Amino acid sequence: MAPGKKKKIPLLKIRNIEAEKKHIILKTENLSIGYRKKQLEKVVASGINIEVTEGELVAVIGINGVGKSTFLRTVSGIQPELSGHIEINGVNRKNISSERLATMISLVLTEQPLSKNLGVAELVALGRQPYTNWIGRLSPGDLKIVKNALALVKIEEIQEKKCHELSDGQLQKVLISRALAQNTPLMILDEPTSHLDMYHKAQVLKLLKDLSLRTRKAVIFATHEINLALQLCDKIILMKPNEVVQGKPQQLIQKGHFESIFPSDLIVFDTATESFRIKT
Amino acid sequence: MQNTRAYTIVLFLLLGATVAAWLLNISLGSVNIPFEEVLAVLFSSEADSTNWHYIIMEYRLPKAFTSILVGSGLAVSGMLMQTLFRNPLAGPYVLGLSSGASLGVALVLMGATIFGGVAGGIVFSQWGVVIASSLGSLLVLMAVMLASVKLKDTMAILIIGLMFASLTSAVVSVLAYFSPAAQLQQYVFWSYGSVGDLSWNELGILSLFWLFGVMIALFSIKNLNSLLLGEQYARSLGMNIGRNRTVLIISTSILAGSITAFAGPVAFVGMAVPHLIRQVIPVNDHRILLPAVIFGGAILMLLCDTVAQMPGSDYTLPINAVTSLVGAPVVIWLLVRKRKFLF
Repeated sequence: MAPGKKKKIPLLKIRNIEAEKKHIILKTENLSIGYRKKQLEKVVASGINIEVTEGELVAVIGINGVGKSTFLRTVSGIQPELSGHIEINGVNRKNISSERLATMISLVLTEQPLSKNLGVAELVALGRQPYTNWIGRLSPGDLKIVKNALALVKIEEIQEKKCHELSDGQLQKVLISRALAQNTPLMILDEPTSHLDMYHKAQVLKLLKDLSLRTRKAVIFATHEINLALQLCDKIILMKPNEVVQGKPQQLIQKGHFESIFPSDLIVFDTATESFRIKT
Repeated sequence: MQNTRAYTIVLFLLLGATVAAWLLNISLGSVNIPFEEVLAVLFSSEADSTNWHYIIMEYRLPKAFTSILVGSGLAVSGMLMQTLFRNPLAGPYVLGLSSGASLGVALVLMGATIFGGVAGGIVFSQWGVVIASSLGSLLVLMAVMLASVKLKDTMAILIIGLMFASLTSAVVSVLAYFSPAAQLQQYVFWSYGSVGDLSWNELGILSLFWLFGVMIALFSIKNLNSLLLGEQYARSLGMNIGRNRTVLIISTSILAGSITAFAGPVAFVGMAVPHLIRQVIPVNDHRILLPAVIFGGAILMLLCDTVAQMPGSDYTLPINAVTSLVGAPVVIWLLVRKRKFLF
């Protein structure tokens, strides 16, 4: 055995011990999000203090318009924060260049990819862009990662297809696979299950759960699937008009946080079944 | 990804077709020169007739090279516009770029005599026309760009491009109305388009602009590929959207502007060639698309020019009319055939 390989074994062991004390991937302190137009500030949500560690699957839940997308867009650097700060992998996001950020955060957006004529493997391979040379040539290493990303999401059999030939559920998986190929510690998804039927919703969320366990990525997604999120997620970020709370699903239920996310005139949260019911 | 080898073969075929079209273009013309003699002039510089030598070296050869630069340059700028504007119908002509260039040239050729003879003398040089044309197209592209930032609706951007086209042509009409017949004629001949008026020196200048524009496109390949996912994804892949947009605009306006200045407005090549290429090879990767579009543009332009000079006759058709005659049916055919544009 080469001497170089011998050295690596204790390193791996140390990492395993370290895994007990989980590494923080995303941390926000007193974060205030919203829009700034000239001098006017429109605050969507403020006082957001959350912490997401590696291997965690986290759902962002809240009523339409409460700022779920704004929150995710701010964290991922698409729009600036109003105040407070965001730390990614222990580094203040303001000090991270966009090139470096591309190796830390990968996105799955609600916006459909522009070119529906892209092949599946081709689209997934675009996830390697932050790592390729000036013309975007894929190295054997890149190709291996792409292959792996296709395999993790189990879409190898459709890799030759064009995007316009795919169903919504398949396309969603392809986009997730692309984000995987980007090989970032944090993956952010904005409503990855909208447009999907109940079966495919569960399938996509189950996939995210598996990915967070197997790749140790922190996976954050906005969703309206409260029932599924309660069953699958390690943590939930609950966005309410006046406060943002985070916690394990059971903790949030016990503290009665779910009762107040929607106006109480139509639906109520039933703690016994851990689901919403129509008010009778 | 796996088809890289197949695409390489197609690229070599396109290169071969370009060379064939080039030879065809050189060997046909109003004067009938036997093919062997054409080859003799090209490769050994000896011919039975010095007239033939002169015709080929001083007329047909620069014309053929101009066709290559014009066709490929416009095709590249069309490809850039289509990816940047996320619209398959975008191109230097449809977006009003050529109209902007026409306005610039009209101001130089006709405006100079109206507004003052002294300035006219200075800007009358070929350089004056090139600069005016480039500035004109840059101006229109900037306006369209500004609208695109505000609107985000691609159809609206196209309509704005068409509006600019009408606006500039209205200004050109006013200028034409007041300008003397000689200048008006000069402008009208310019607007017919021509690839046959360039000397070797002017060809050299045009090729510099071409090289500059195409080099920018070459170094933007990676970002163009990112843009296939849409701007938000491209940004998340580390791309600087604003800077890239500017760079692509500069490249497009240098290509379209300088070509329009030297060869006049040439319609539809920019828009049609990227689509024709996508029919031949269903490819999105700009690493393949860029060279393919360069060859495709050159081939189309060489063929159009061969038709325009009407071999065996003394007449020459305006190249602008010929490209439209080829380009417009292609666009119609594409729309009817696909019903939905996938690109």
